Amino acid sequence: MTKTARAEPFCKPLSSHEPDEPIVEFRNVSRGFGSHQILRNINLQVMAGETLCLIGESGCGKSVTMKLMMGLMPPSCGDVLWDGVSINGRSDEELVRDRLRFGYLFQGAALFDSLNVYENIAFGLRQNTRMSEDFIRETVMERLKEVGLASTAAYKMPSELSGGMRKRVGLARALALMPDIILYDEPTTGLDPIMTDVINTLIKKTRDRRPVTSIVVTHEMSTVRKVADRIVMFYPLSRLKPDDPQIVFEGTPEEAFTSTDPRVSQFVYGEAGERMQELMLV
Amino acid sequence: MSSIPASPSDTFIHAIGRFFIELVLAIGDLALFGLGMLRALLRGIPKRRIVFGCMYEVGVRSVPVVLVTGLFIGMVLAVQTYDQFASMHMESRLGAIINVSLVKELGPVLAAVMLAGRVGSAMAAELGTMRVTEQIDALRALGANPVQYLVVPRFLACFLLIPLLTVMADAVGVFGGWMLSTSALGIESTFYWHHSNKYVAIFDVAGGLVKSMFFGAAIAIIACNRGFQCGAGAEGVGRAATESFVLSFIVILSLDFFLGVLISAIYRLVYAGQAASVWLDAMNSVGGFA
Repeated sequence: MTKTARAEPFCKPLSSHEPDEPIVEFRNVSRGFGSHQILRNINLQVMAGETLCLIGESGCGKSVTMKLMMGLMPPSCGDVLWDGVSINGRSDEELVRDRLRFGYLFQGAALFDSLNVYENIAFGLRQNTRMSEDFIRETVMERLKEVGLASTAAYKMPSELSGGMRKRVGLARALALMPDIILYDEPTTGLDPIMTDVINTLIKKTRDRRPVTSIVVTHEMSTVRKVADRIVMFYPLSRLKPDDPQIVFEGTPEEAFTSTDPRVSQFVYGEAGERMQELMLV
Repeated sequence: MSSIPASPSDTFIHAIGRFFIELVLAIGDLALFGLGMLRALLRGIPKRRIVFGCMYEVGVRSVPVVLVTGLFIGMVLAVQTYDQFASMHMESRLGAIINVSLVKELGPVLAAVMLAGRVGSAMAAELGTMRVTEQIDALRALGANPVQYLVVPRFLACFLLIPLLTVMADAVGVFGGWMLSTSALGIESTFYWHHSNKYVAIFDVAGGLVKSMFFGAAIAIIACNRGFQCGAGAEGVGRAATESFVLSFIVILSLDFFLGVLISAIYRLVYAGQAASVWLDAMNSVGGFA
């Protein structure tokens, strides 16, 4: 493999992508666990190259949406499509191969405890490519540099890292295979404001460096303001009537901040509203 | 285990029904998990480094506990059987009963129970923590098959190394029984080994080792399944570890019974004439039954 080859993703889409076709699409997707339904009839389209922020209260199904998007769990009903093709009919091998188009930054980074930082980042490369160890080392060091970590961090164990460092290593690992869709699950939760801005900047820089599609689940409005092209807001099913749509807002950040829907405005401005009465805190 | 929600109006009959439904679901889930593991095993053996790491954890680190258990169980057998045999003036035959018990039953079962407690619970807790912290999802996201990467090496380590641990437990148990019988209970070493040699056949040792392989496979599959099905939080991880040990223990004892019956049937089939003559010899030597 030549040096320039590193600018290309290791796993290319199976089908050619039409410009106006959503890169990921949900058609009437529902998902529940036992008798507890989380998502109901979700219709959602993610266009190539955009940065989509999924917002909503805790427990409204944002993280489940991310796992459904990546095919890590099947929907209870409905269909998830990649490049207009349903993922339902794919064999396990096809699903594993096609899933490599996605990079996933997990909520708690989900670094492998038994492997050091270097091995964590190299994991996907060793698993899915025949790259030489020298080339893997070069790629790992490049990714570490990209997320602002020194090469000395490479030989630390995950337990020795701070929250911000763990997230950055998680991002470096997600970027190692050069995915064309990156899913960020609450990338700034639990971080201090400075580190939150570092992560937000890294999300932007990643998008500027190469044409990736980013889907960000977040509660942080600073993240939404900084990175989002479009926002989709989910609402918990427990607070909706049986026929109400679960997606209560879809639009630009500006539209969200000027929305007259109290469910949206309360969330984006962080106001409890009638919840105080409900929780009998007043 | 999938749980079926209870309703306040449920009767005792509902509870029994729920128990059996959950039991069938759990067995089905375990069987499918085992099949998935076998499919992954047939697809290819994981990297040597990973398998050897598991083997070190399962095999090498279990040696001390297995040796101590085996030694004491051999000595306990000697102490507990001496009085009964002495009352029939058969104490010189103590070696036969100690060594047959050890190689056929106690060695394999105790090695398996120790493995279930020391390794099985740890495996369930480790995999449970990986599930709770989304590391198993991360494996799948990075193109790895979690069953291939996590379960197959643990299965191979348990399946292949438990016979060796059983041999060790058997050996130190035999040594412990002999040591106590000859040094503390005054049994002549020659008679001890003569009767051991007469009643312990290679088939008994092999039967015990075959049983141990089934125990090892069951421990690995149950522990990994409990880890993969782990509930949320520290409580879920703790429950997975406990369930792993309790289930493994029950399965080891049940398997021991069924495999014991099967192995005895095979023995009778293969060595029918030989078995009869051994018993006749035994009766003759006790006195006047022939």
